[in-house]
Amino acid sequence: MTTPLVSLQDLSVQFCGSRTASALNEVNIELGAGEVLGLLGESGSGKSVTLRTLLRLHPERTTKIQGKMLVDGQDVLALKGRALDLYRGGTVSMVFQEPGLAFDPVYTIGQQVTEAIRAHAAVDEQAARAQALQMLERVQIPQAKRRFDAYPHELSGGMRQRAMIALALACQPKLLLADEPTTALDATVQIQILLLLRQLQRETGMSVIFVTHDIAAAVEVADRIAVMYAGRIVEQGPVSQIVRAPRHPYTAGLLAATVGTENRGQPLLAVPGAPPNLAALPPGCSFAPRCVHASEQCRCEVPPLQSVGTQALACWHPLMPLAEAA
Amino acid sequence: MNTTSYSQAPVQDRGGPAQPLLVVRNLKKYFAVRGQPLEKSKKFVHAVDGVSFSVPKGKTLGIVGESGCGKSTTARLIARLMAADSGNMVFDGEGVDEFGGIRLKEFRRSLQMVFQDSFASLNPRLTIAETIAYGPRVHGMPAAEAMRQAHALLARVGLEPAQFASRYPHELSGGQRQRVNIARALAFDPRLVILDEAVAALDKSVQAQVLNLLQELKAERQLTYLFISHDLHVVHYISDYVMVMYLGQVVETGPVERIYGQAAHPYTRALLSAVPSMDPDNRTQASPLAGDPPNPINPPSGCRFHDRCPHAHPVCAAKAPLLIGLPGEPAHQAACHLNDPTSGHPAALTEVQP
Repeated sequence: MTTPLVSLQDLSVQFCGSRTASALNEVNIELGAGEVLGLLGESGSGKSVTLRTLLRLHPERTTKIQGKMLVDGQDVLALKGRALDLYRGGTVSMVFQEPGLAFDPVYTIGQQVTEAIRAHAAVDEQAARAQALQMLERVQIPQAKRRFDAYPHELSGGMRQRAMIALALACQPKLLLADEPTTALDATVQIQILLLLRQLQRETGMSVIFVTHDIAAAVEVADRIAVMYAGRIVEQGPVSQIVRAPRHPYTAGLLAATVGTENRGQPLLAVPGAPPNLAALPPGCSFAPRCVHASEQCRCEVPPLQSVGTQALACWHPLMPLAEAA
Repeated sequence: MNTTSYSQAPVQDRGGPAQPLLVVRNLKKYFAVRGQPLEKSKKFVHAVDGVSFSVPKGKTLGIVGESGCGKSTTARLIARLMAADSGNMVFDGEGVDEFGGIRLKEFRRSLQMVFQDSFASLNPRLTIAETIAYGPRVHGMPAAEAMRQAHALLARVGLEPAQFASRYPHELSGGQRQRVNIARALAFDPRLVILDEAVAALDKSVQAQVLNLLQELKAERQLTYLFISHDLHVVHYISDYVMVMYLGQVVETGPVERIYGQAAHPYTRALLSAVPSMDPDNRTQASPLAGDPPNPINPPSGCRFHDRCPHAHPVCAAKAPLLIGLPGEPAHQAACHLNDPTSGHPAALTEVQP
């Protein structure tokens, strides 16, 4: 196997404010070039923290990061100054959930994309503008010439998210981080953005980490899905395996709680309880207090993440053992 | 829970089981837009433009549509949180706030609302038991009695009163706060509960818990729900009837199986096929609709959907379609020229559907 584009090894992140919260606990992720990984989890599971850590967006004073983080051969945690600036946007860039807040309201869309291009490549204003316009056309913004001079508030939600994607892709990054890019959008617009992301990924061959809490959205774009719970990856595998034969009780619970056509009129098989407090994680498996299969071992020992091939699992009592079918 | 001990007894069933609990006729609300000072004509957002529907007793009506289609405005108009420009309502056979009809105060007691933002809809300076007891006390229930009822309600929605009653909203998680909101809505023993995106902000596993709770409460207290959501899966799960709105108008309404099985309006079909598929081998290939919903300030003439509709024809721009019953199933209504043999659309049904 060739060296992966992204490799996170035992990455832990702690926020030390008035109380200490362990947002990520020994996360291991490997992502090859051109691969799309869906990061699935509920709020507080650490999916957004993973992305922000990859871009080193957390304030350094209050964040304790342990472990290793390699992206495209560079040690991200050692980057400084100009190298970090070039890394952000050049190698890795991000699409945020709320495009209305991610853009600067006092500059036009075109100016912001142009600025990003000029910050990374030695091109003159004219060439950068032409490139920016091309990017806006590429993300299928209708009448891109006119929208080039529009301010963010003049665009609709779907259009702003397209512009956000254009901005993120302006410098041809090798890795795109998408943090719930479709959550704030309507269903008919959401599917357009998902299809656009898939198409752009195929055209450019970049890798994508797609964070979402909506399994259906992840199924539409991802090759592989990693399920996170309380700052840990609990299960990883190809999309079809996760959807059809989940091994971790939490993944199975998530799938059962998804309302569909079949379960109309019957009570939903909800996972009882709520996600744990990150400042006071249980000593064993973080899912144990909500799990019906939990035993004494689950409550005292953290299950290690074991991997076989493309699949990985962290559970003492999986619904189906890993070795099988692998 | 019986609340008969305070001054006014709750409204009892008056119209009999066949009388719809709520009938809404021709509801309209235009919001004036602040324009340029020298502009001659004032502009209006046509938020709700002639919406009529009825909710049968003990059933759930789901309202779906994209953002800006007027779902939430409709809910607020029904709850009288804002005054409608025109239109009237009949609650269990009695006109609301009309001469000889049900008085507004009584109507409001029979109708409660749960909002999307569970945090913003709770008073941060009251404990949750105080919040739940507040409404009944305003309506004349003795404080001790109201508090006792609040504790019982908390227990019913799955929050242990001994543990939770004296907490403040910021000490609860989103799912717990939404349970408090539901308990507060139930404190009046309402007959109609409007749920405005009540589960939209919750995580999937918590959302399932709250949906289960809503279903249990409905069966237990013979509630009628008006369930507003943009999540088509959830609406399918919980509703008996579905109403699809587009730009302030109803485009289709009918029993849930008909809407999800044989949608008659092109917009409904597009909306349903925009739902991501759960099958990795069978991904969505093309987007059913291009672009965003048009601006409700100057809605398109004729059928408001015609500029995004794949079946559009000049007649669609010229004439607005009426909401008419489909042949063979009068409860299933759609506002589309394709379903009206007399509309003049070349592809319209000519005879009764096979």
